[in-house]
Amino acid sequence: MSKKRRFKTSLGDQFLRLVTFLMAFSVLVLMAWMGWQMFDAARPSIHTFGFGFITSRVWDPVKEQFGALPFIYGTLMTSLLALLLAAPIGLGVAIFLNEMAESKFRAVIGFLVEMLAAIPSVVYGLWGIFVLAPWLRETVEPGLAKWLGFVPLFQGTPVGFGMLAGGLILAMMILPTIAAISREVMASVPNMQREAALALGATKWEMIKVAVLPYAKTGIMGGIMLGLGRALGETMAVTMVIGNRPDILPSLFAPAYSMAAVIANEFTEATYDLYLSALVEVGFILFGITLVLNFLARLLVWSVARGPKGGNLV
Amino acid sequence: MSIRKWRLMVWMAVVVLTILLTGCGGENKEPTGQEKSDSANLTGSGSSFVYPLLNQQIEEYRKNNPKISINYQSTGSGAGIKQVSEQTIDFGATDGPMTDEQLKSAKGGNLLHIPLTLGAVAVTYNLPSTPKDLKISPGVLTDIFLGKITNWNDKRIVDDNPGVALPDLQITVAHRSDGSGTTYIFSDYLSTISPEWREKVGKGTSLNWPAGIGGKGNSGVAGVIQQTSGSIGYLELAYAVQNNLSYAMMKNKEGKWTAPSLQTTSAAAAAATIPEDMRVSIVNAPGAEAYPIAGFAWALIYQNQTDKAKGTALVNFINWAIHDGQALSEGLHYAKLPANLVSREEGMLKTITFEGEPLLK
Repeated sequence: MSKKRRFKTSLGDQFLRLVTFLMAFSVLVLMAWMGWQMFDAARPSIHTFGFGFITSRVWDPVKEQFGALPFIYGTLMTSLLALLLAAPIGLGVAIFLNEMAESKFRAVIGFLVEMLAAIPSVVYGLWGIFVLAPWLRETVEPGLAKWLGFVPLFQGTPVGFGMLAGGLILAMMILPTIAAISREVMASVPNMQREAALALGATKWEMIKVAVLPYAKTGIMGGIMLGLGRALGETMAVTMVIGNRPDILPSLFAPAYSMAAVIANEFTEATYDLYLSALVEVGFILFGITLVLNFLARLLVWSVARGPKGGNLV
Repeated sequence: MSIRKWRLMVWMAVVVLTILLTGCGGENKEPTGQEKSDSANLTGSGSSFVYPLLNQQIEEYRKNNPKISINYQSTGSGAGIKQVSEQTIDFGATDGPMTDEQLKSAKGGNLLHIPLTLGAVAVTYNLPSTPKDLKISPGVLTDIFLGKITNWNDKRIVDDNPGVALPDLQITVAHRSDGSGTTYIFSDYLSTISPEWREKVGKGTSLNWPAGIGGKGNSGVAGVIQQTSGSIGYLELAYAVQNNLSYAMMKNKEGKWTAPSLQTTSAAAAAATIPEDMRVSIVNAPGAEAYPIAGFAWALIYQNQTDKAKGTALVNFINWAIHDGQALSEGLHYAKLPANLVSREEGMLKTITFEGEPLLK
C-alpha cells in the first residue's frame, strides 16, 4: 500500500518536473529562435555593410546607405541619462517611504508612485510633446545654457525636442520600477537589523546606511537593472520627444534618435529588402546590447552579493 | 540529476516542442472555396493615407452588397507593396508608385496601378503674429528644408511677402520621422524643383533629412508645429485643415500663387499628363489653378486574377469606388478624381481577367 503510494507520488513529481522544465526550456528555445530569425533576416544588411554598419553615421534610405551608430549612441545616452536621474530619486523615494514616512503617508505616496508605472507610454509621449518639450525650450534649457553653458552638453539652441527630453521622459518611466523594487527589498530587511543599529546609538541615517542599504543592495541593483531594461527598449514615448534625428551631437539639447524608435518609425514603409534588413539588424543589435547589459548587470549583482552583508559605519 | 537524465530530459523537451510547433502549423488549411460566386472575402492592405476614405467606401459599399466583405488594413504603403507582391493579400494600396524593379519581382504577374484618390500636402507653420497665407516660393522652401535659410526675417522670405511683418525668429524645421507617403510626395516635389535637393537628399518615404526634427505621424508633426514658435513643416491637407493650422501659398509651375485645396489639387491631376500605366507624379503640375505639391494613391491589382469570385468582387468594388464612391471624398478632405481620368481607369479595370475572360461587365 505504502509502496504503491510512494510510486504514484514520485511519478507525479516527475511529471511535474518535466512539465515545468518544458516551460523553462521553451523560454530558452524562444530566445534562441528569435535571435536566429533576426540574424537570418539581417543577413543581406550584414553582408553589404559588414562591421561598418555599427561604425557608420549615415542613415540614408534614399541612397541605400545604412549605419546604426547614431541610434546606438542615442539609445545608450538616453538610457544612461534616465538612470542617472531616476536611480538616486527612486532610492530616495524608497528610503523615505520605508524608513521615514508615517504610515498613512506611505500608503498614499506608495500608491501614486506605482501608478506612474501603469500609465501607458503613449500618454507620457503626449505629455512630453505638449508640456515637457515647451517647458524645456522656454525655461530649463535657456537656464542650463546660462549657468552651465561652458559644458558642451548644455550648448546650442534650445529646441525642446531632443536628447534631454528623451532622457527625462525615460527617467520618469523607470522611476516607479526602481522605487517599487527598492522599497520591496528594503521592507524585507529584518527589523532586528534596524533595532540593533539603533541600540548601538546610530542615528536614523546611520541606521539606514549600516543596516538597511547593505542588506538590500542586491535587490536595489536588480531594480535599477530592470529600469535600465525598460529604458533601452522603450519606443513610443521616446520617439515622440527625442526629435528623431540620426546624428551624434555633443549637446543634450540637440535632437537624437534611438534604436527602438527608428524601427517603429520606418518599418512599415521600408520599401526594399536591404532597407528592411538594415532595420532588422538594428533590432538584432538592440537585442544583443540588452543581452550583454543584462549579463553584466547579473555579474554586478553577483559580485555585490558576495560582499559582506554589513556596512561600515565610517 | 545525473548527466544522462539531463540529456534525456533535453531530448524529451525538444521532441515535445517540435510536435507542438509542427502540430500548430498543420491546421492552417483553408476551407476550399465552394461558396456561391456572388459572395467573397477580400483582404487588402497598404497606404495609411488612403485608409480613412477607403474604409468609408467599404462600409458604404457593403450596405448594397452585403455578401462582399472587404477588410483593408492600414499597414503602410511599403508593407502593402510587399504583401501584394507575395500574393498574401487580394489587393494593395500605395501612395508612391512601385518601381520597375518592384513590379518585376511581383509573383502574380502584371500589377496595375489604379488611382483611388488624390491628396495634397500643405506647408504649415507657426508664427507668433500668425500672418495667414504666407507666400513661400519653391527656392525658399528648398533652402529652408536644406537648412540654409534659418531665420524668418531672411530677405528672401520678406521679398515674397511684401507688407507682412516677419519676426526675427529662428526657423525650426519639422518633418515626419515615420516612413510616409506624405514625405514621398513632399520630397518628390522638392526633387522636381531643385537639382540640389535631388542630388543631396532625393525622394522617398523616409529621408536623410539635412535639417530639423522629426515627429511621428501627422499628429506628431502637428504637435511639434503647434508647440514650437517659428516652426515650419508639412502635413496632409486634411490634417492641416481639421487642426486649423495656418498653411502657406505655393508658387506653381505657371508662377501663380495657389493655396492647397480640393479644387487646386484636382486641377493638378486634370492638367498633368498621365501615362498609360498611371504611375505618375503630379507634383509641380502645369495649369494656372494647380497646387504643386499633390499626389495619387493607387490600388494595386493583378491583371490576371486567380479566383473568379474574388476577382469579380474586387473589380466591381474598385469600379464603384472610382465612380460613386468618389462622393465620399470631399467630406473627408480628399480631392475627387477628374472625370477624364475615371473613364481611363474604367478601361484599365476592363483588362483585368480570370482565365482570359474580362471580369468587369
